Amino acid sequence: MANEVVDHGRRRFLTATTVVVGGVGVVAAAVPFIKSWEPSARAKSAGAPVTVDISKIESGQKVTYPWRGLPVFVVYRTQAQLDALPSQDSRLVDAKSNQGSAEQQPAYAQNANRSIKPQWLVLVGLCTHLGCVPDFVPVMKPEPFDPDWKGGFYCPCHKSRYDMAGRVYAGVPAPKNLLVPPYHFVDDTHIQIGVDPKEAG
Amino acid sequence: MANVFTRVGDWVTERAPGLMPAYRKHMTEYYAPKNFNLWYYFGSLALVVLVNQIVTGIFLTMNYKTSAAEAFNSVEYIMRDVEWGWLIRYMHSTGASLFFVVVFLHMFRGLMYGSYHKPRELVWLLGMLIFLALMAEAFMGYVLPWGNMSFWGAKVIISLFGTIPVIGGSLVEWIMGDYLPADATLNRFFALHVIALPIVLLLLVVLHLAALHEVGSNNPDGVDVKHGPKGNRWDPKAPTDGIPFHPYYTVKDTFGVGFFLIIAAFIIFFAPTFGGWFLEHDNFLPANNLVTPTHIKPSWYFTPFYAILRMIPSFFGTAFWGVLGMFGAIALLFLLPWIDAGKVRSIRYRGTGFRVALLTFAGSFIGLALVGAGVVGEKLVEWVPSDATFWENTFGRVMTALYFGYFVFLWFYTRLGWEKTKPVPERVVFDHD
Repeated sequence: MANEVVDHGRRRFLTATTVVVGGVGVVAAAVPFIKSWEPSARAKSAGAPVTVDISKIESGQKVTYPWRGLPVFVVYRTQAQLDALPSQDSRLVDAKSNQGSAEQQPAYAQNANRSIKPQWLVLVGLCTHLGCVPDFVPVMKPEPFDPDWKGGFYCPCHKSRYDMAGRVYAGVPAPKNLLVPPYHFVDDTHIQIGVDPKEAG
Repeated sequence: MANVFTRVGDWVTERAPGLMPAYRKHMTEYYAPKNFNLWYYFGSLALVVLVNQIVTGIFLTMNYKTSAAEAFNSVEYIMRDVEWGWLIRYMHSTGASLFFVVVFLHMFRGLMYGSYHKPRELVWLLGMLIFLALMAEAFMGYVLPWGNMSFWGAKVIISLFGTIPVIGGSLVEWIMGDYLPADATLNRFFALHVIALPIVLLLLVVLHLAALHEVGSNNPDGVDVKHGPKGNRWDPKAPTDGIPFHPYYTVKDTFGVGFFLIIAAFIIFFAPTFGGWFLEHDNFLPANNLVTPTHIKPSWYFTPFYAILRMIPSFFGTAFWGVLGMFGAIALLFLLPWIDAGKVRSIRYRGTGFRVALLTFAGSFIGLALVGAGVVGEKLVEWVPSDATFWENTFGRVMTALYFGYFVFLWFYTRLGWEKTKPVPERVVFDHD
C-alpha cells in the first residue's frame, strides 16, 4: 500500500456504525425468542365461557367452578350475611369499590353487594395479593385471625381477609377486592361466566 | 525407555504449554493462609454438592417426563419402578437443601471474617450472583415434580412480578406462557433448570474462584498473608504464613467432605423428607389449580425472604412494597462491601457493636425463617388464640426491622467513628486461643 496514513476519525466512524447496525440486528433477532414465551394460540383459545347450574346450591353454600383454569366461586348468601355487610365498611380498604378496586368488577356489579342479584355472589377465587385460593369461612363467629368475623374469605397463604362481598380488609397484604368476572343470569337457575349481560342480549 | 506417563505428559505439555502453569497457579502454588478453621470447609462442600446435583440431575432427566399431564407420575415412577431411582432422586432433593445449608454458612463466614472487604469485593459480588442463580435454580427445580406445592409455589412466586406497576400483569403472563402455571410454564422451567441456569452457575463458580485466586484468600484473622513476611518451605518469595492449597487444603477438605457425606447419607437414607422441611407433604399430591394447600409455604431456604414479603402490608393500593422489601433484603447483601466502611475485617478484632449486630442479624434471619415457615403462627394460635395474627405480625415486623437494621447500623457505626476496634496482629495467629 502506497498510502500509509490512517484516518482514525473514519475508522472510528466505521467501527461505531458497524456496532450500532450489528446491535440492532441482535435486538431484532432476540424478539422472536422473547415473543415465544407469550401465551400460545392454543392457550389463548382455551378461554371459552362456561354455563353452570346453580339450582342445587343451598343458602349459605359456596360452589367452585373452573373458568379459563381459574376457580370461580358462586356463593348463595344468607340474609344475615347480607345484613352484616354494611357493618364492615369502616374496616375495609375500599368499601364502595370505587377507588383502588374500581377495576375489580364490571359496572353492573359495582354496588353494595358486588353482585347482580343480592344473594348471588360470583367471584374469581384468587387472592389479589399473590393469587392463592382463599378459604370460604362463612360462619359469623370469632376466628383466630379476626375476633370480629362476620363471614367471608380467608387466604391461607398470607392471611389476607375479605368480607362476604369479597371486599378486602385493611391491614392485610392484599391490596384490592376480589375480582368479579363478567357473568349474567341465563335464567333463574343458570349463570354464564365469561359473558356480560349486555353481550348476551 | 521413559515411563509411558512421562511421555504422554511431555506430549501434552509440548502442545499445551499453559496447562501445568495453570495447575500450579491454582493448586500446588496457590498459597492459602495456614490458619483456616472449620468455617472454611463450606466453600469446597458447596462444590461437592454442585457436582452431586449435576450428576444426579442428569440421571433424573433420563426418566422424568416434561409435561403437566405426566410429570407427577413420572417422578413417582422414578421413586417406585426405576432401579435405584429413589436414591438418585433423594440425593438430588437432599442435595438441594444441603446446598443452601452450606451456602448460608459459607456466606456467614464471609460476614464474620470480613471476606467482602477490599480487595475481595468482586469475589463477594460473584458469590452473591451465584446465590441468586442458585435460588432461581432451586425454585424452578421445585416446580418440576408438579405436586400441589410445586404449582402453588410457582403461582405465588411468579405473581410477585405481577405487583410491579404498569407492566406487572403482562409480565406474569409472559413468564407463565398461559393464564396460570401450566404445561408451557413447566416446559420452560425444565429448560432453564437443566440447561440455562446450570451453565450460568458453572461459569459463575469458575469466575468466583478465579477472582479469589487473583487476590488470595482471607482468613479468620482478616490479615493478608501476602503483606506479611516472605519465604516458606516451598518458595523463598511466597508468603511465610501461606501453605500450598494442594496437598494441604485438598486433604483437609477431603476430610470435611467425608464428614459431610456421612450426614448427607443419614438424611438420604433415614429422613429424606426431613419432617416435611426438605420435601413438603403437600407436594405428594398432584397439582390442582382449584385447591390451595392449607399451609402454603416455600422451601425452607426461601422462608426468611418470604416472611419479609408477608410482613410488609400493601400501601396505596399495591402489594409491591413487600416484593421490594424481599428483593431489597438480597440487594443490600450485594452492597455490603460499600455499606461497611470498617477498616478491620475479622470479628476477632472488631468492636463489640459489630459482634452484637452480626449476632442480631443472624438471629433475625432465623426468626424470619420461622415466621415464613409458619412455625411462629402455629405456636401463637396455641398461646394467644384470639390475637395470633397480631402477634405474628408484630414479631415478624420486629425481625424484618432488625434484618434491615443491620445494614443501617453498620453504615453509621463504621462512618461516625463509633467502632472501637482491637489491635490487629501483624501476622495470622496460628494457635488462636
